[in-house]
Parts: sequence; structure tokens; C-alpha cells
Amino acid sequence: MRGRIEIDRERCKGCGLCMTVCPKKRIGISAKLNTKGYYPADFSEDNSSDSEKTACTGCCLCALVCPDVAIEVYREEKE
Amino acid sequence: MKKVFSRPKSLKDVPFHYCPGCGHSVIHRLVCEVIDELGIQDKTIGVPPAGCAVLAYNYFDVDMCEAPHGRAAAVATGIKRMLPDRVVFTYQGDGDIAAIGTAETIHAANRGERVTCIFVNNAVYGMTGGQMAPTTIPGQVTTTSPGGRIPLRDGNPLDLSAMLALAAGSVFIERTTVINPKGVNRTKKAIKKAFQTQIEDKGFSLVEVLSPCPTNWKMSPAESVNWVEETMSKIFPIQVIKDVA
Ligand SMILES: Cc1ncc(C[n+]2csc(CCOP(=O)(O)OP(=O)(O)O)c2C)c(N)n1
Ligand code: SF4
Ligand code: SF4
Ligand code: SF4
Ligand SMILES: [Mg+2]
Repeated sequence: MRGRIEIDRERCKGCGLCMTVCPKKRIGISAKLNTKGYYPADFSEDNSSDSEKTACTGCCLCALVCPDVAIEVYREEKE
Repeated sequence: MKKVFSRPKSLKDVPFHYCPGCGHSVIHRLVCEVIDELGIQDKTIGVPPAGCAVLAYNYFDVDMCEAPHGRAAAVATGIKRMLPDRVVFTYQGDGDIAAIGTAETIHAANRGERVTCIFVNNAVYGMTGGQMAPTTIPGQVTTTSPGGRIPLRDGNPLDLSAMLALAAGSVFIERTTVINPKGVNRTKKAIKKAFQTQIEDKGFSLVEVLSPCPTNWKMSPAESVNWVEETMSKIFPIQVIKDVA
């Protein structure tokens, strides 16, 4: 089961709570400020070109704790 | 890939004014998820407080009726008695519900009003600058207890939920947190059960959520989460306090 998340950079307030719960350590903090003046969270995937090898499982843990509802989660459906 | 998590329909698509890492935002989302799942958006009426959540009507896409500080249970009582087919909830901080609003909350619970209170306990008066609240725990530093709360001088923390459990009219009271995915799921389940209790006309229901306030606790969001886990929840244990629903 593979997944991917989308973080809304402008909604994110850089609280970092998503980072602390991601079991795959796929979330970091961006080096670039958003227009509100926060360093937003940043999703990165080492194997993003190959959906078979992505680390993110689409488990939603990051989205569950995100106070600002800045994360949308996508998951590959089971065959 | 299929979208498996996004904003609930009854939560307006606008940014929150809350501070980074604030528990209020998560609790708003969970109430909206429950409203969506129960399919009650068109018959829910919310009553926001004075406190950081004073602007909650900007976020919930349901009818809202602002209450003066502490009076939410009384306002909700009036609404529910005139419109008994609606689902009526209050959304209140600890200062709102457990200090200035203690009387109306206890009597609403005792009368068994068919309303649901969402009680957001962050152990301080958040909006006004982090003063000591009845729920501030022993030793906790606030702007009005700079050396920490001293029980002999300031009293011990008030456990309003336990007091409300003594009232005959209360049927479901649970205390939860939103500090980790498990706590978030449990809080949502508790809110759903509280709403169902009301819909089934059984009596008064309340969910108390231990909620981080990084700004007034002078902690990072991650430190705030740890403080709830290691310190605050020792004074306010995470548990079902009453369930006779
Ligand atoms: C009658 C009245 N007294 C005092 C106030 C000032 N006041 C506004 S919010 C608040 C307390 C907020 O604390 P809490 O209910 O815990 O909410 P939080 O901001 O922590 O979520 C107070 C005392 C007021 N608005 N109205
Ligand atoms: S969905 Fe799960 S694995 Fe993917 S980024 Fe979020 S927490 Fe990490
Ligand atoms: S939890 Fe949400 S607001 Fe906080 S850093 Fe992650 S995406 Fe941003
Ligand atoms: S002051 Fe505290 S309760 Fe109020 S919005 Fe900020 S973090 Fe949340
Ligand atoms: Mg408070």
C-alpha cells in the first residue's frame, strides 16, 4: 500500500507535529518562508518516480494531528 | 491514487486564526468530521464562547449563536428547548466553562439538558494572556502565578467533569486528548458518542479535551504535547468519567 501527501504551504504554520508522528520520516521543514512568515513542512520522497518504492504508506497519521488541516493524503487502492 | 484524507465538508475552507500547534484547531476539525459522518450539518446549532474560540462561527459551517462568557450551557438550553429536533453543542474553554460558567453548566447537566458540551481544557485563560484558571495545575507557571500555582494559596485544580458526573442528568462524560493520532481518534469517537447520546434523547453529554496552548505555556508545540502526556494528564486522567447512556 503506497501513498503520498500534499501539504498546503500557505496554510501550514510550521508547528512540526506532523514530522514527529510520521513513521517513515518523510516530512521535514522547508528552508523557504511562506507568505505568513512560517517555515512550512515539506514532504519528500526518495523514490517519488516509482510508486512501488515510495516510503509513504498513506497512513494519515500526519494529517490526523495537523492542527491546520494543511495535509491531504492519497493512497493507492488495494488491487 | 485515491484521496483518503481531506478537510471535512462542514469545516469552512478558511485558515484558522489559532497559534501554531493549538489544540482548538484539531478539535474544530473533529467536531466537523462527526457532524459530516452523522449527516446533521443542516440541523446542528453550535454555541461558541468567549475565549480563543470566540470566532468559532467563522469555521463551523452550521448555525452558530455566540454566548456571553460562560453562558453557553444556558444559551444552548434555550435553543434546544425551542428547537428540540436540532443537535445543539457548546464549545467552551476551561475558563469559560469551569470558572465564570460553572453554575449554568452544573444546572444544565443536573436538569439533563439534551445538549453536548465540548470542553477544551488548556489549563489557562488563553485569549486574555495566559492567566491562572481553576484548571491550572499545581506548580504551573502562568502570568498570575509567576512562581507556580500553590494549592494552599490558590486552591487545587477543579475537576469540573467529575463534578458534572455527580449530577443525575448527565449520561456521558469522557476526557481525552488530541496530542497524538490515538488521542485524536479517541476524541472523535467520544464526540460522536456524545452527539448520539443527545440525538437519542438520553440526557446531558460532555467531552473534555486536554488541549495544547503552546503560546501561553511558553513551550514549542512538541514540548506542549509532552507536557500534556507527562504532567497535565496525571492531574486530569484520560478516561470515560461517566457512561450510563
Ligand atoms: C463577562 C466577561 N468577563 C471576562 C471576560 C474576559 N475574558 C475573555 S476570554 C476569557 C477567558 C478565556 O479562557 P478560556 O475559557 O480557558 O478559553 P481559552 O482562550 O483558553 O481557549 C476571559 C476571562 C469576558 N470576555 N467577559
Ligand atoms: S501519510 Fe503516513 S507515511 Fe505518509 S507522510 Fe503522512 S505520516 Fe508519513
Ligand atoms: S502539522 Fe500541519 S501545520 Fe504543523 S507543520 Fe505539519 S503540515 Fe504544517
Ligand atoms: S493562545 Fe493558546 S489557546 Fe489561544 S490560539 Fe494560541 S495556542 Fe491556542
Ligand atoms: Mg483555556
